[in-house]
Amino acid sequence: MKDNIVIVGGGIAGMEAAHQLLLLGYKPILVEKSDHLGGHVADWHKLFPDMSPAKDAVKDLAEKIKEANIFLDTEVSFINRLKNGYNVMFSNGVNVICKAILLATGFDLFEASKKEEYGYGIYDQVMTNSDLEHWFNTGEDKRIKGKDIKKIGFVHCVGSRDIKAGNPQCSKVCCITAIKQAMEVKEFFPDAEVYCFYMDLRLFGKKYEDFYIKAQMESGVHFIRGRVSEVSENINGQVIVKTEDTLSGKPAKITLDLLVLMSGIVCNKQAVDTASLVQVKTDSDGFLKSKDNILNIIETDSKGVFLAGTVTGPKTVPETVAEARAAALAIHNYLVTLK
Amino acid sequence: MIYQGKQKIWSDYQKEIPDDHWYFVRSCIRQNFFPASEKMFSVITKDVLGKDIYETPYHTTCGGIAYHSDTIPQETVMTIVARQFALMTEAGYENYACSCITSFGNYAEILETWHEFPELEAKIREMLWKSCRREFKKPKYLAHTSDLIYKFRHEIASKAKFHLVDHATGEPLRVVEHIGCHYAKMFPHKGVGGAEYPCVLSGMIDSWGGQVIDYPERRHCCGYGFRQYHVKANRGYSVSNTHKKFESMEPYHPDMIITNCPGCPYFLDRWQYVISEMEGKTYGQNGYGIPVFTYEEVAGMVLGFDPWDLGLQLHQVAVEPLLEKIGIPYNPKTKYLGLDGKDIMKPGLPSVLKCC
Repeated sequence: MKDNIVIVGGGIAGMEAAHQLLLLGYKPILVEKSDHLGGHVADWHKLFPDMSPAKDAVKDLAEKIKEANIFLDTEVSFINRLKNGYNVMFSNGVNVICKAILLATGFDLFEASKKEEYGYGIYDQVMTNSDLEHWFNTGEDKRIKGKDIKKIGFVHCVGSRDIKAGNPQCSKVCCITAIKQAMEVKEFFPDAEVYCFYMDLRLFGKKYEDFYIKAQMESGVHFIRGRVSEVSENINGQVIVKTEDTLSGKPAKITLDLLVLMSGIVCNKQAVDTASLVQVKTDSDGFLKSKDNILNIIETDSKGVFLAGTVTGPKTVPETVAEARAAALAIHNYLVTLK
Repeated sequence: MIYQGKQKIWSDYQKEIPDDHWYFVRSCIRQNFFPASEKMFSVITKDVLGKDIYETPYHTTCGGIAYHSDTIPQETVMTIVARQFALMTEAGYENYACSCITSFGNYAEILETWHEFPELEAKIREMLWKSCRREFKKPKYLAHTSDLIYKFRHEIASKAKFHLVDHATGEPLRVVEHIGCHYAKMFPHKGVGGAEYPCVLSGMIDSWGGQVIDYPERRHCCGYGFRQYHVKANRGYSVSNTHKKFESMEPYHPDMIITNCPGCPYFLDRWQYVISEMEGKTYGQNGYGIPVFTYEEVAGMVLGFDPWDLGLQLHQVAVEPLLEKIGIPYNPKTKYLGLDGKDIMKPGLPSVLKCC
C-alpha cells in the first residue's frame, strides 16, 4: 500500500495509531513537535490503576513503530487541500502528499497560575501535578528536595469545572491522578499527613473505586469535600490553605509543607491552529469538533481528516489507546472506499 | 515568596488612569475618621502636583453603606449614583475619582450592571429625570483616589523629604498594606494589580522606600464589614476579625500599616485599643500599637507635611515612635492644638495600650 497518512502528534494516541496502521500495511508519517515521543505520558511516573511505569508503556509503543517515518522537533507549517487528499508541509522542509491526516495533538495542562488564589508561581511550596510527576521521575525539585515534608495537600479541579477559569468541563482523570499521587507521595513520606480537597470524586474507571478505598484504608489519605478559597504563605514558608469541609459544615484552615494543584486538561492551543488548516472547528467545550459525539467521534466534517485521543476531550490512557486503534481502522476503511 | 510571580500578575492588571482633569467625590465617613486625609489628597494633587481636581458641594452619599447593610434597594442606590454622574456631566468632566472604597465598588458594580442590563440603565435614567430633571453621561474613567496617588507615586517620591526608612539604620520600614474589600475583590480588573495581589498600595510602599510584608491573613477583611459593626450585637465578630489579622502579622514585626479604605484604618487603629483592653495584648514595640495610616497621610509624611496638619493626633495608636524612627520632626506641644491654635483637648490614656 502506498497511500500516505500523516499523523500529527507523537503522544500515545499518535503512536498507537501508527502502530495499528503499520499492522494494516501502511507506512504512516508521524510528526512530533518535541524531541521525544510519548507526549504527557512520557513525563508521567506511574499509571493507574496498576501503578505500572509510564516509561514502559511509551517504550513498548516506540518499539512497535520503528518502521514508521517519524519526524521529531517538527511541526506542520501548512496544509493545502487537493482533489483527493492534502499537501502537508512540515517545518523541516519535507513536503508530503497524503490521503488522510490524523490529528492526535493531545492536550495542554491548564495554567495553574491563572487561579491566582492558589499562589502557583507566587508561593514557594506550591506545585502542579505535572511538577510532582517530574519529581517522582527525577528526584529533582527544590520544593521537596532536602525538605522536611510532613503535611501535603492536593487541590482537585484546578481549572476544571470552573466557568470563571474558562473551562467548565470535568477533566475526568484528575480525581484518580490525585489519589494515585497521594498514595505515591505517601510511599516517599510515610509519616506525612496527606489531604485531598475535592468537590466531587468522579471515579468511574476500572478499579478506581478500589484505589480510592485503598488510599483511605491503607495510605491514610484524608479526603475533605470542599473548595479551597485561598492559599497564603506563613513566615516559615509553609502554605496555609483555607477551605471548607462541606460534610462537617465548617471552614478549615490547614498549614501544609507542600501543596499540589491538580491542573486540568484543556485543548492544545496548537491543535486548534493545525486543525484550522484543514477546516476542523472547535466544539463548544473548546476541544476539536467531531462529526458527531456519539457514533462518530473519530471523523470530522473535513474529508480525510480524523481525530484521536485527548484532542476531542479528556481521556484516560486506555481510552486514548482504544480510540487510536479505532482511528487507524477508520482511516483504513476510508482509504479503501477511495479506491 | 516568588516576587517575579507577583510582578507577572501585576502586569496582567494594568489599569488606565488619566493623569489629569478629575471630578473628585469625598467619602461620607472619612472626614470624621481621619479628617485631614481627603484634604491632603486635594493639597497633594492640586497644590503639589498641579492637577485639575474638581469638587462640588452638591455631592451626596452614594448610598453604599445602606446598600451593603441591606436597607435600601439597588434601584435607589443606582438613582443616587446617576445623580452623582449627572453632577460630573454638568461640570464638564468625564474622569470620576472617589475617595471611598465602598463607593468605588458601588460605582463599578452599577456600571457593570448597566453594561449587562441596559434596560435597567434606561429605567434609572427615567427615574433620575422624574425625580430631579437631570441627565448624565457615564464616566469614561472610574478611579479610586488611591489609584491616582499610585499613578503619581514616583512624582511624589521625587519630591520626598522623608522615606519609609529607619533613619538610624538605613533599613526599609516593614509595612503592611491593607486593601479595602470593595476595591478589587468584586471586579479584579478594576483595581491596580487585581484582587489577589493588588499593588496599588505596595507600589507606593516600594516607591517611597519601604518593604512590603506579605502575611497569611493579608487578604482578610479588616473586621468592619458593615453588618459586623453596624449591628451592635455583631461587634464581637468585627473585633475577632481584626484580632485574626494582627495575630497573623505579629511575627513579621511591622512598623506600620497603610490602607486605602475609609473603614479599615479606623478599625485597625481603634480595635487595637479594644484588643489591648480585652486581652491585655499590644502588637507594636514596647507596649505601643502598630500605627495605621491612610495613603494620603503617608504621602503627606513623605512630602514633609507637619504630622499634626495630617491629623495624626487623632489616631488611637501613637504615631510618635514611628515619626522618630523615620526622622520626621514634630512638636509635642502643638499636638492637640487646632488649626486656629485653640486646645482641642487631650484624650484619656488607655490602661494597656501605650500612648504619647
